Amino acid sequence: MPQPIRLKDHEKDSRLIRKRAVVGAVFVLLLTSVLLARMYYLQVVQFEHHTTLAENNRIHVQPIPPSRGLIYDRNGVIIADNRPSFSLTLTRERAGDWPKILDEIVAVLELGPDERALFEKRVRQGRRPFEPVPVLFELSEEQIARIAINQFRLPGVEVAAQLVRHYPLGEHFAHSVGYVGRINEKELKSLDPVAYSGTHHIGKTGIERFYENELHGEVGYEEVETNARGRVLRVLKRTDPIPGKDLVLSLDVRLQEAAEKALAGRRGAVVAIQPQTGEVLAMVSQPSFDPNPFVTGIGFKAYADLRDSIDRPLYNRVLRGLYPPGSTIKPMVAVAGLDAGVVTPQTRVFDPGFYQLPNHSHKYRNWNRTGDGWVDMDLAIARSNDTYFYSLAHKMGVDRMHDYMSRFGLGQRIALDMFEETGGLMPSREWKRARLRQPWYPGETLILGIGQGYMQTTPLQLAQATVLMATRGKWIRPHLAKRIGDEPVLNTNAPPDIVLRDPKFWEYGIKGMESVMHGERGTARKVGDQSLYRIAGKSGTAQVVAIKQGEKYDRNKVAERHRDHALFVAFAPAENPQIAVSVMVENGESGSGVAAPVVKQVMDAWLLDETTGQLKAEYAPPTAAVGSAP
Amino acid sequence: MNGNFDRNLSNEDLLRRRATLLQRIHIDGLLLLLLLTLAVASLLILYSASGKNMDLLMKQASSFGIGLVGMVIIAQFEPRFMARWVPLAYVGGVGLLVVVDVMGHNAMGATRWINIPGVIRFQPSEFMKIIMPATIAWYLSNRSLPPRFKHICISLAMILVPFVLILIQPDLGTSLLIITSGCFVLFMAGLQWRWVIGAAAAVVPLAIGFWLFVMHQYQKQRVLTFLNPESDPLGSGWNIIQSKAAIGSGGVLGKGWLQGTQSHLDFLPESHTDFIIAVLAEEFGLVGVCLLLLVYMLLIARGLVITVQAQTLFGKLLAGALTMTFFVYVFVNIGMVSGLLPVVGVPLPFISYGGTSLITLLAGFGILMSIHTHRKWMTQA
Repeated sequence: MPQPIRLKDHEKDSRLIRKRAVVGAVFVLLLTSVLLARMYYLQVVQFEHHTTLAENNRIHVQPIPPSRGLIYDRNGVIIADNRPSFSLTLTRERAGDWPKILDEIVAVLELGPDERALFEKRVRQGRRPFEPVPVLFELSEEQIARIAINQFRLPGVEVAAQLVRHYPLGEHFAHSVGYVGRINEKELKSLDPVAYSGTHHIGKTGIERFYENELHGEVGYEEVETNARGRVLRVLKRTDPIPGKDLVLSLDVRLQEAAEKALAGRRGAVVAIQPQTGEVLAMVSQPSFDPNPFVTGIGFKAYADLRDSIDRPLYNRVLRGLYPPGSTIKPMVAVAGLDAGVVTPQTRVFDPGFYQLPNHSHKYRNWNRTGDGWVDMDLAIARSNDTYFYSLAHKMGVDRMHDYMSRFGLGQRIALDMFEETGGLMPSREWKRARLRQPWYPGETLILGIGQGYMQTTPLQLAQATVLMATRGKWIRPHLAKRIGDEPVLNTNAPPDIVLRDPKFWEYGIKGMESVMHGERGTARKVGDQSLYRIAGKSGTAQVVAIKQGEKYDRNKVAERHRDHALFVAFAPAENPQIAVSVMVENGESGSGVAAPVVKQVMDAWLLDETTGQLKAEYAPPTAAVGSAP
Repeated sequence: MNGNFDRNLSNEDLLRRRATLLQRIHIDGLLLLLLLTLAVASLLILYSASGKNMDLLMKQASSFGIGLVGMVIIAQFEPRFMARWVPLAYVGGVGLLVVVDVMGHNAMGATRWINIPGVIRFQPSEFMKIIMPATIAWYLSNRSLPPRFKHICISLAMILVPFVLILIQPDLGTSLLIITSGCFVLFMAGLQWRWVIGAAAAVVPLAIGFWLFVMHQYQKQRVLTFLNPESDPLGSGWNIIQSKAAIGSGGVLGKGWLQGTQSHLDFLPESHTDFIIAVLAEEFGLVGVCLLLLVYMLLIARGLVITVQAQTLFGKLLAGALTMTFFVYVFVNIGMVSGLLPVVGVPLPFISYGGTSLITLLAGFGILMSIHTHRKWMTQA
C-alpha cells in the first residue's frame, strides 16, 4: 500500500512530469499539424483529382444499343425481326474467379461440358472491362427461375433482356439475307468502338453484312449513378438511340418458296430477276441452312456438321458457285457475232458432227455426233449446235469474244449489294499470258464459243446476261434491296449499256431463244409446249470432269457427283419480259430436261394468276407486239 | 489551487455552481461537455454513414449511455483504491489473454473474444488498454523518478507479456497500442532521453524483424497496400483509394450532411466503423475535420491539465499515459484513413460505431475524472 510520497521527491517528480506533459503537448500539436496538413493536401490541393475519382466511381455511361432495322420482302413479309430474348450475362470483373462461376452455371442449369467450353469461349471474347458478356441465349422460364434461386452462388451473373435477331423464315433466306452473329475479336479491331459499344451482334453475311451500316442504327447513351456493386440507382441523363433503317427487299417470299419447291430437293441454284428494274425476285441456293443458330452462336458439332456436309449447305451457289456457262451463252455469242459483222442472220454452216480448224486434224465435236446438216443462226441456237458456234468463235477471235462477253457482265462482279460475290473468269490472251504464262491457242477460242474452257460464271451472272438479252442491253446491276428506310435503291455504278450497230440484232438472238422453247427442233420444246406464254430460253451443260478426245460421255460410267451440271436460262414473256431466270442443277446432266422445267415452274409462279391459272393481265404481251408468235 | 480551467469558469457564476455540483459526484464538467459533443457528432455522422440505420444508431446511443454510467461509477473510486487493485487486475487480464489464445472465440480470422454464452462476450485485449498503463503507473509510482535501468527493464517485461499474447491472437493494431500506452507511462515518468532516442533508433531493425518473423500474411498485405495502394486497386488497395477519394472530394466545406456519394453508394468500405472519418471529411469538408480535431485537442488539453494537477504520482503517470494514448488512437485512425499510415484497424475514438471501444474509452475518462475530483485539498465551494 504505497503511501504518498517521500515528500522530498514530490516537488521534483511534479516538475519532471510537468515538463513531460509539455513535451507531450508539443508532440500532440506537431502530429495534429501533420494530420491537418494531410487533410489540407487531400481536400484542397488534390480536390479536383479526388472529385473526379469520386464522380467516376459514381457515374457510369451506359450505351443503349439501337434496335436493328427489320428486313421485309417486297410484299411486306418479315424476313428478319428482333425478338426479346433473355440471356445470361457474366461480368468477369464482378465474378472474381469466373471459371468457377461457369462451373456453377453449368451445374445449376444441368448442362454438359460442350456448353461449358462454349461459355468459356464467349467469356474470353469479352470486351471492355466491366462489360457483361452474354454466355447463354434464349433462356427458358425454368432456366431463369433456376438462376434466380441460385443467384447467391453466382456473383457477376445476371439475366438480361435484349433484342436478338430472328429469322422467322429460317433457311429460305440464309444465302441472300444472311445472318448476324456475335462480334468477334477481329471485327472488334476494325469497328468504331463507340458506335458498337452496346451492340453484341453484327451482320456476318448477305444483306445483313452488306447493309450493316444502315441496319445498325446509332447508339444511345445513359448516364447512370451506380453504387459500388454496379447496381444502377438512377438515370441522370439519357440520349436515345436511333434505330436502324428497315430494309424492303425485292425478294418475293412466295416466289422464293416456289423456286425451292421447283428444285425438288436437288442441289442447285435459282436466280430470278425482274429485267426492267434489276430487282432480284428470288435467290435460291440449295441445300440451305437455318441461320438462327448462328445468331446466338452455333455449337461446335452443329457447325462442323454443316461445314463438313458433302452437300455443302453453307456454300452460296448463286454468288460463289463457278460453272462453265456451256451453251447458255450461245445467244449472246450470236448477237456478238452479228454486231462484230462476222456473221449475218442468214449465214449458214454445214455441220457434219464436228468442226475442224483449217490445217488441223483435231475434231471439235458437236454434241450431236451425227450432225445437224446446214444450220443458220436461228437453228444453231434452237439446236444448240456446237459446230456453228465453233465457226463463229473462230471468225470472231478471242479478243472480240472477251470484249463482248465482258460487256454482258461475265468475268466481273455485277451485283449492286451482294456480299462476297465472285467475279468468275472470262479468259483473254492477257489473262492466259499473265496467269499460265502460255500463248493463246486458236482451239481455245472455239470452245469459248460454246461456253467451255477456262470460262467460269456464277448463276447470277448467267441470269444477268439473260436480263441483258431481255432488255436489249440495258444495264442495271441486280440488287436485293428495294428500299432502305424511305429511300429507294438507285441504279448506281452500272456498266455502260450494250449498244449494237443495229438494235435489230437483239431480235435474232431472242428469236433463237424462243425457238429453243417453241421451235420444231428446239432442245427444250417439251417444256415450251406446255407453256401458256412464250419463253425465250437456252439450255446449257457444265462439265464437271473433262472428257478425253474421242471419248463419249457415258453417264453410267460417271459417279453421280461427277455428272454434268444442268443449266438453263430464260426470260418470259418473250414479247414483254417480266422475269429472267437462271437455274443450275448440280449433277442434273440435262439443261433442257432437268433445269428447264425448274425455270418454267418459277416463271409460272410469277406470271400466272393463282386462281385462274392464266397469264396475269398486266404481263400479257402488247397487242401490237413486234415479232409475235404465229 | 484550482486549475486554469476552473479559474476561468469561476468567472461565470452559473457554470461554477454546476461545476461544483458535478465535482461533488466526481464528474469533470468540461470533459463531460466535450464527450457529449462527440456523442452527438458521432450519432449525426453514423446516421449518414450507416445509410440512416436507426437500429444501429440506437445501439450506439445505448452504448454511450452504458459507457457514461460506467464512467460515472469508475469516477467514484479513489485513485488510491484503483492502485491497490491494479496488480490483481493485471494478473487477471493476462490470464484471460492466455485463455483467449488457447481457446478463444473466432471472429474475422483472429481470436480475440471471450464468450460465455448468455453471460458475457468481450475482448480482454480491450481492457488491457487501461490495465496496461495503470499497472506501469502503479509500479513506477512506488519507485523514485526518473526510473532506474532495473525498473525500466521490469516495466518493459510487464509490457511485453500482454503485448506478445495479443500479437499472437493475432491483433497487431491493439498490441502496438498496448505497447504504446505502457511506454507513455515510462515517458511521463521521465524516462531518460537517451532511452527514448535509443528506442526510436531501434524501431527500424525491430520492424524488419517483425516483418520477417512475426507478421501474418494479411498484416503484411496491409502494409504493402499502404506503401502502394494503386498496386491492387480492386483488392486491398481499394479501401485506401476510396477513402482518399471520399476525403479529397469533400473539399473545404464538404458535400453536405447525407450527401456523400462515396459512403452512400457503398464505395467507402467500413464507412461506419474504422473509416468513419472519411464520411465526416466528405460531408463536412476540411472545416468539419478541423472542428473534430479541435474537440479532440480540448479533451487532450484537459487530460494534460489533469495530469499536471494530479496529486499522486500514480495519478499523474496514469492520467498522462491515458491522455497520450487517446491521442495516439486519434492520430493512427485519421492517419490510416487518409493514407499516412498502414491500415491497422483502430477505430476513431467516440465516433466509430462499436460498443466495446466506446466503453473502454469512457472508462479511461472515468479514471481521469476520478484522479481530478478526488484531490484531497481541493476547494469545494
